[in-house]
This record gives sequence, C-alpha cells and structure tokens, in this order.
Amino acid sequence: MQTPVSYQNFSDLWTRHSVFGERDTWQDRLDAVTCHDVEQALQATPGIYRPNRLLTLIAPAAQAYLEDMANAAHRLTVQRFGKTISLYAPLYVSNYCCNQCLYCGFNCNNEYERCRLTVEEAVNEARIIHKEGFTDLLLVSSEDRQFITVGYLCELAQQLRGMFSSLSLEIHQLETSEYKQLFEAGVDGVTLYQETYDPEVYAQYHLKGPKSDFNRRLRACDSFGLAGMRKLGLGVLLGLTDWRLEALALGMHGHYLMKQFWRSKISFSFPRLRPANKVQAQQFDHLMSDQDLVQMLLALRLCFADAGLVISTRESARLRDAMVPLGVTKMSAGSKTNPGGYGQKDKTLEQFAIDDTRCPAEVAHMLKTKGIEPVWKDWDTGFHA
Amino acid sequence: MEPLKIAGRTFDSRLLVGTGKFASNGLMAKALEASGSDIVTVALRRVDIENENDDMLSMINQNRYLLLPNTSGARDAKEAVRLARLARAATGIEWLKLEVTPDPYYLLPDPIETLKAADILVKEGFVVLPYINADPVLAKHLEEVGTATVMPLASPIGSNRGLQTRAAIEIIIEQANVPVVVDAGLGLPSHAADAMELGADAVLVNTAIATADNPVAMAEAFQLAVLAGRTAYLSGPGAIGRKASASSPLTGFLRE
Repeated sequence: MQTPVSYQNFSDLWTRHSVFGERDTWQDRLDAVTCHDVEQALQATPGIYRPNRLLTLIAPAAQAYLEDMANAAHRLTVQRFGKTISLYAPLYVSNYCCNQCLYCGFNCNNEYERCRLTVEEAVNEARIIHKEGFTDLLLVSSEDRQFITVGYLCELAQQLRGMFSSLSLEIHQLETSEYKQLFEAGVDGVTLYQETYDPEVYAQYHLKGPKSDFNRRLRACDSFGLAGMRKLGLGVLLGLTDWRLEALALGMHGHYLMKQFWRSKISFSFPRLRPANKVQAQQFDHLMSDQDLVQMLLALRLCFADAGLVISTRESARLRDAMVPLGVTKMSAGSKTNPGGYGQKDKTLEQFAIDDTRCPAEVAHMLKTKGIEPVWKDWDTGFHA
Repeated sequence: MEPLKIAGRTFDSRLLVGTGKFASNGLMAKALEASGSDIVTVALRRVDIENENDDMLSMINQNRYLLLPNTSGARDAKEAVRLARLARAATGIEWLKLEVTPDPYYLLPDPIETLKAADILVKEGFVVLPYINADPVLAKHLEEVGTATVMPLASPIGSNRGLQTRAAIEIIIEQANVPVVVDAGLGLPSHAADAMELGADAVLVNTAIATADNPVAMAEAFQLAVLAGRTAYLSGPGAIGRKASASSPLTGFLRE
C-alpha cells in the first residue's frame, strides 16, 4: 500500500495495488483489527496518513470508538481550520447527458425533457446565488459535450469572476490542456468523483458513454492536478460497493495526489446514493448507514489533517447539523440540482433529490448557534492573472 | 517599556494578532481588544477589502489598529505581488505581510519566491513584513532588499508546537538590523514569552488565541506573556548552568 511518486498516474498505481484485486485479503485484514489496534491508532499523532491507520479506523472494531474518534477529529479540525465552515453553492448548467449511469437522474436513457443554460442564463442563475451571500461557486454539468464546451465554460468563468472569489467545476472529464485553459480563465478547483474504485462494479453501473472507461477516469485527477488546479476534489458514490474498501482506495488516491501535486489541496466528499428520477435508492445493495458515514468521515480526518471534508445537501438537515463538529470544513446550502433551478426553470430534471432544503441564511444561522463562523469568502480573484 | 519600531512607526504592543479561525467576528473583536495589540493581520482572501461593510473588516477598528493585510494562499511571487497591488489600489494600505506558501498543508513559506516578491514590492513602496522559515541567510537577504521586518516561524503555522526553530532564531536575532517578529506555531503564552526572552522584537499569534475555549482570556494571557518575556530579556537574565561554577582545574595552578 505504499504510494511512491514514481507512478505515471493513479491508474498506473491502481493497476498494481487495487484493494479490489485482493478483496478477500483486505476484508480479512479489516476483520482482524482488534480494539487494542484501534486504541493504539488513536494514541498516535492524529492527522497523518498511514495505510494501516486508515485501515484500523475504518475497521468494524473501530465502531465502538466513534466518540473517541469524534473528539480527536473535532480537536484536530478546530486546530487546523478554526471554528469555521465554508459555504458554497452548486450551479447546474446542463442535464443533457451521453452517459448511461444507472444511479443518476441524468442517465441518457431516461426520457425526460432536458435543459441547458446559455451563458447568459447561467449568469442570471449565478446572480441569484450571489445575492444569497455566496462567493464560492461550483459549476456542475452532465456530460453534454456538444454544448458545455471548454469555450462555453471559459466564457462563463470570465463573466462570473467579478461576482465569485472562487469557481470550481464538477463536470465531465477533460484533458490537461483543457483544464489549463479553464484554470487560466479563473477556475481554481475541480471535483471529480471516481464513483467506485472497483473496476467490476464500475462496469456494472456505467453502461455507455465516455464515462464508462474506468482507467481513463482514474487518471482524471492527474489531469487537473497537472493543469495547476488548486483544489482537487475526490469522492466515491457511497452505496455502490463496500464503503470500507472504497475508503482505503480514497486514502491511497488522496495521499498519492498530495505527494504528486504538492501545491494543491485535496478534499473528500461523501455523496451517498439518493433517490433520483427512475432511481430508487433501495435498489442498491451497499447503502451506507449514518453510523458508517460518520466513521468514514472521522477516519479520513484522522489520517488527513488538512483535507477539506465536504457534506452536501444530499444529507438531511438533522444529520448535517450533527456532523458540523465532526471534522466537516465545507457545506453547500440552498442547493438546486436542476439547471435553472434557482430562478428560471424550477421544474427541470434534477440529478438527485436534495434532503436539506433550508435556505443559505438558515444554514448559516445554524452554524452560528453552534459556535461556528460561516465563511462565505475564502479566496480572492486577485490571485488570478 | 520602549515601544516597538517598524518602518518608522512606533507601537506600544509587541504582540501582533491574526484574525482567522475565530468562532465569530464579534468574538474576534473582543479578543483583539484583550490582546492589547496594535497590529492586526487579515487575509486578503478572507475579506472583501474594498467593502467597509465586510463582515470581518467592519469589526476591526482601523483607528485603533494598524490593519496588516496578508497574502495567505499565494503560491508564488507573481500571485502575491498581484494580490498586494490590488489591495493597495483599493485601500491605499502600504503595509503588507508577505506570505508565499505553495504547500497548502504545512503552509511553509517558499524562500525563493518570497525574496523575489519582497524585492518587487519594496521597490514599489510597500512596507513588507515577510513570513519566512527560520533561515538566517534568507533573513539577511530580505533585510538587504529592504523589508521592514523578518518574520521567522517558530514551528509550522497552526501547529501550536512552540519554538522548534530556536537555534536558527537565535542567529537571526543576533544578526538582524530589522525587527524580528516570531510568527507561527506559538501555541501557549509560555512559548511567546520564550521567544521574547530570546530577544525577539515581537511575536504574532493567531491559532492559539482563536481556537482556545476562551479566546478573550487567552488573548490577555498572551499579552501578559509578551510583556513578561520582553521585560525579562531587557533585565538581562543570568546565565544558565548545569551546576555551580567549578573551580579551574586546568588553570588553577596559576594562582597557586
């Protein structure tokens, strides 16, 4: 599980060290973790990644230590990030898609009236988001290559830069040269979920389209890391396979990226499967419980002191509130997951159903009551040329 | 006590305070007051510097404190210089805490890019206070390009680990012609006193105050520690020895 920097890209590393290749061995190792191992792992200096520490903290044996883990994660997060949580909002620009991903509302086989925003329409949506107080915007799109081109995104980024201090992308995979153009246009971060690090499960859920190429997707973070993006966002869609093995994979990937792209900061997101158009969450065999989600988040915090940990409005208000002191550093609020959802086209197809439907001001108020300063601005357009 | 002098200005307090990580801006304002500080640093990335109603800036009384904008987040000289110029154009503030920290995890300062940026900014008339690793040679280079201070780190920022770079900071203090402000890593008032006893001209503290259970009380504790450390330094502490002075076994014969 060592990750020397000599690999060409993460796909190269994963081909040789995938935990899913020796699934049974890793599951045995997880099951073999004892209470004593967990206690020892909790005594070591927190926040530093060691493959064994992560394995220990996500093991079934660590479930009995969630309160201790939570305390340690809380202290570490306050030390590194202060008593603050950053707020951001997603802006969906298209739900036309050429991929057939079985868990997603935008699946190309779903017959539904699709929608895409012109640059002007997207800017109008962004204005509504900006008025709510946000300066950190995440541009999201399905794989709509005909319309959501690099040119479109660059133009949009340039128009939004005056309003937003930070612009990130969560869109289909691009090449390094394209990410470079976007970086130069003012985009400073990219989030791209692997969905699953298990090649077999990946193949089961991604039936058609460019996204069905598992190994290409494994190289995506290398591409935007190479392009100089400051924020590298990772995640798996929790519910597709055993979360413990996915967490091990995320740890390896995160650690690899930190070494490879030492000027960039990684973050982990925790998207759990949500119901969507023609997707019933119950169809999935590996749905993750709240307790498991908490364990995974705490374990990653205790291995990555400075990684961003993001909880979106997929989760309920009750759970999000409870997770505030557990190591979370960034939350979305008031999100709409359909293009035009903020103002213009409220009935278009959503990617998934959101759960926490509170408006941004309510979320900010909740944070304040918990002694946390909601941070609306944590970047500056002045950094860009 | 004699005031701290930086770039021709004098300050009563030798404690500089940062504004990040507080549970609320109101609490930050109270902690600033309790610290007795005269110089308050604020990350340009966190505020809308042109907007006096900005939630953080509006809580900092600029008649009371010298606002010291910092370039936290800049990965290279180009970014730091650009940010500094924009901030000065918007506010007229010429003082700048120069931070060039390409590694977002330990936020260790880049010596090469910091020197490059300092050179440009000093020539453009900025009063530059650079955050640096505790590197005595770099400190001299920065002094030569005209920075107003040097700000060596005690240990990685936010780590609360205290004066881990003692040996190098002693050399910096010995050699410096500009004020030495020990910045980053001071986690307890005793750490601050430690740096002041060594002869540092001032210290900068943020995390230790902001993340304390009671930031206001902790700010006051730091104020007292800085005062105690400075007073101790000026009063000329006795030499530290492991035992009572020995007789002179090698030269004693001269007195026989």
